[in-house]
Amino acid sequence: MTAVFGVLAGRLYQLQIENGELYRNQAEDNRINQRLLAPLRGRILDRFGVALAGNRRNYRVLIVPEQTRGGVEVTLDALASIIPIDARTRAKVLKDAAANRSFVPLVVAENLSWEDFARLNLDLPYLPGVQPEVGDTRDYPYTEELSHVLGYVAPVSPDEKISMAETLAPDDPLSDVPGLRVGKRGIERTYEAAIRGRAGASRVEVNAYGRIIRELERDQGTPGTDVHLTIDRELQSLVHEKLKNDSAACAVMDVDSGDVLALVSTPGFDPNAFNVGLSPEQWGDLTNSDYKPLINKVLSGAYPPGSTFKMVVALAALDAGVITTETTFSCTGAFRLGTHDFHCWKRGGHGTMNLRLGMKNSCDCYFYQVALKLGIDALQAGARRLGLGQATGIEIPGERSGFIPDRYWKQATFKEPWQIGETLVASIGQGYVLATPLQLCTLAARIASGRQVSPRIVHSLGAQVVPRSVPEPIGFSAQALAAVREGMNAVTNEPGGTGYWWRIPDKQYAMAGKTGTAQVRVITRQERVTGVRTNESLPWALRDHALFVAYAPINKPRYACSVVIEHGAVAAHPNVQVARDALLFAQQRDILGRAPNYPIKSAAALL
Amino acid sequence: MTVRPYDATYRAVPLTHKLADIQWTLVVLIALIASFGFAALYSAAGGGMSPWATPQIVRFGVGLVLLLTIACVDLRVWMGIAYPAYAVAFLLLVAVEISGRVGLGAQRWLELGPLALQPSEPMKITLILALSRFLHGLGPDDVSRPLRLFAPLLMILAPAVLVLMQPNLGTATLLVVGGALLLFLAGLSWHWIASTGVAIAIAIPSAWQFLLHDYQKQRVLTFLNPDTDALGAGWNITQAKIALGSGGFLGKGFLMGTQSRLNFLPEKQTDFILAIIGEEFGFLGLMLLLGMFVAVIWSGVRISLAARSHFGRLLAMGVTLNFFLYIMINGLMVMGLIPVVGIPMPLVSYGGTAMMTVMIGFGLLMCVHVHRQVTVPSHSSGMI
Repeated sequence: MTAVFGVLAGRLYQLQIENGELYRNQAEDNRINQRLLAPLRGRILDRFGVALAGNRRNYRVLIVPEQTRGGVEVTLDALASIIPIDARTRAKVLKDAAANRSFVPLVVAENLSWEDFARLNLDLPYLPGVQPEVGDTRDYPYTEELSHVLGYVAPVSPDEKISMAETLAPDDPLSDVPGLRVGKRGIERTYEAAIRGRAGASRVEVNAYGRIIRELERDQGTPGTDVHLTIDRELQSLVHEKLKNDSAACAVMDVDSGDVLALVSTPGFDPNAFNVGLSPEQWGDLTNSDYKPLINKVLSGAYPPGSTFKMVVALAALDAGVITTETTFSCTGAFRLGTHDFHCWKRGGHGTMNLRLGMKNSCDCYFYQVALKLGIDALQAGARRLGLGQATGIEIPGERSGFIPDRYWKQATFKEPWQIGETLVASIGQGYVLATPLQLCTLAARIASGRQVSPRIVHSLGAQVVPRSVPEPIGFSAQALAAVREGMNAVTNEPGGTGYWWRIPDKQYAMAGKTGTAQVRVITRQERVTGVRTNESLPWALRDHALFVAYAPINKPRYACSVVIEHGAVAAHPNVQVARDALLFAQQRDILGRAPNYPIKSAAALL
Repeated sequence: MTVRPYDATYRAVPLTHKLADIQWTLVVLIALIASFGFAALYSAAGGGMSPWATPQIVRFGVGLVLLLTIACVDLRVWMGIAYPAYAVAFLLLVAVEISGRVGLGAQRWLELGPLALQPSEPMKITLILALSRFLHGLGPDDVSRPLRLFAPLLMILAPAVLVLMQPNLGTATLLVVGGALLLFLAGLSWHWIASTGVAIAIAIPSAWQFLLHDYQKQRVLTFLNPDTDALGAGWNITQAKIALGSGGFLGKGFLMGTQSRLNFLPEKQTDFILAIIGEEFGFLGLMLLLGMFVAVIWSGVRISLAARSHFGRLLAMGVTLNFFLYIMINGLMVMGLIPVVGIPMPLVSYGGTAMMTVMIGFGLLMCVHVHRQVTVPSHSSGMI
């Protein structure tokens, strides 16, 4: 008997005195549950402070596998009688449950209606392991209009989770936040680190069934930083509205600072759908469409610039001194080099052309002959000075650099010397020459301002202005620039100019521009004889691309714009007039004259 | 009831003398131990008299009256009704086996009108009574004779088998061990004890195979390694250890135990009540409780040794022994030293039938004390 009481006392001593600390900790672990709080993502705002990406309330349901009675499957069955759970969600939750440690909460349903959420809360006592949660989720109020600028957020992938853990502060549990979304494209992705903030945590006392008794402490975390864009939401909407039925791209920028006011690629997609989760059908529609809604054409689409490249040839030639504004060449409808005829777009030819007329009529033969004197090396150097053949460095991922060929590249790639004829093809923006719509807009802005402006879309992160230097002069003589501007003026403002159709009649707002048509097929010799087939008679995918670049107003340029309509070169390119609409709208709205709503309002910040 | 002189030594003692003769210190000690239980039940309910503390206090009050009443009834009366009482308890066990209602996964409860009765509890008392009655007439030499031993062994094993079938391994074990120890104290030779021990050791593997229910096997396996199933069957053991251990030396304080308040401890008001006490009152509180238990047992042993009748000695020893076994098994179980068996902590755990059994037992013990001078001839069969 003494022995038994000795054993009992000894055991108590061992449990309570010797290992007391250990069990005290376990009791604390028992009673205290740490819930991670996703930080509020920083908003993305336009230049006037309009929220382009914000956050909205999100009623959601999580399951903590280790707290369920009878396992995740049983709990899902019980849940399914209260809220809708489809087979796909069910499979995903079970897969997640197998892949994660059992205390990691799994998201079962999100964006529940208030009715469903309230009903669920009522049944909560019978659903151990189920956690209702009122969180915040990303909201893109302008859906498709800004999809390519903003990008979207989606659940973090396992790879991202690993790379994230390396960039986070050691005490930041962000990567374990259930249902965490990270930026996958666009600004959301570029500035992910700033936008996401630091995760917080709530320490709550729970009972054995996981029910929260009270909150002990709460670290709200740090909300993410707001990103202020240079976009003007209204201009963006206007352009998107005009182009939404095309596969097209359009950029509008401030010619002095390079601030991008609109950056549109159509068709877009609804970024909210990615946040909520796409069904396989939705994904299939997005990836299989000929209009390629997932490609940000304005900076990931590289097109032959066509005749919009002629400004580059003209500037390079004037700068090199191989022509003057009065140098004339004749156009008979074709230019013969050796045994090969290089055709002008106009069958009968244009007659005698100087620079102004060559640009106004977009005469191919004129530029063939200019290019012949200029040579590919000088042409390539001029093109690069105007921002072509290299990425503009805009703060959106996925930008392509376009391409300006040279003889070394040709030799290295094809093991063949550069042909003179290829210079002629390049001079009308065909052949190897490729440019993105954003580069073409930059080109127009550089011609208009005479400075090496580059586009930028982010003005400031929180109160921190993204530093930016004043663009250097482009290095072309004032006379050369004036001559090219004069040519562009003739295109849009003189009767007979290829862009006269879209002129802005009001002198105050008048624009200068240049049309372009990018051929996507080879015109056969047979066709030359029987007559070139009209674009209208061709299937959509074989029609030429329609291009237009412009700036306005003529006297004191403020805005530059470029438009590319894929396969849109039908009957006077009706849709490229969006450039005119955008430039007119921008001027009348006076975007640059209105005070932007950036957190820092200094003169330097405006630039 | 007609009371008549049965032998020469009998003489009527006035009731007031009997009451004055009661060991009031022992009664106070029992009340103090029960109060520990009240406090723990109050705390287990999150600081409320319902649902546990109030019924428990009422039952203790009734039990106290019962104790005093039993103590004042002549010892030989209890001797006289020993066999009939045993027979009634045995029949109740049979009845529960036939028509018991299922409570807590086992057929242990019998409904008699408004009362829900656990017949295994009265059996604990009546077995002691009946064994004491039987052994009273045997000298130490007689006990070890195989033929003489047949009847007491049957008296022990028959109810034990019925209880095991309920199934209630803990109580069955207690009946067998308690009965066997009583036989030993009555003079059973060491040879019997030793050979039985060996037989049991041999029988364990086959018992494991054929007699134990799955849940009982699970309990044993879980006990051996609670961490393998920390959320299932090992939960009780793990959480009880955490509750006890986290109490430390002084405890977390009355009503401050998180393990019990937040329901981490299942069955906290019954079998695992020691964990609440350990969590809230710490090592000090439990040592005080154990100290009081030791004092009660010590009193019981002294009462037994002081009794002049063999029946009285055996009865007092049997009651004390049973009390001790309960404390031992429950204590070892809560502290994680033996598998979980459904044995409550006497006087402390919540439960009506168990409380009555314990109080009746103490009543008999006190009766032996009050009637310690009474001698009973070896051929006597008590009085009715």
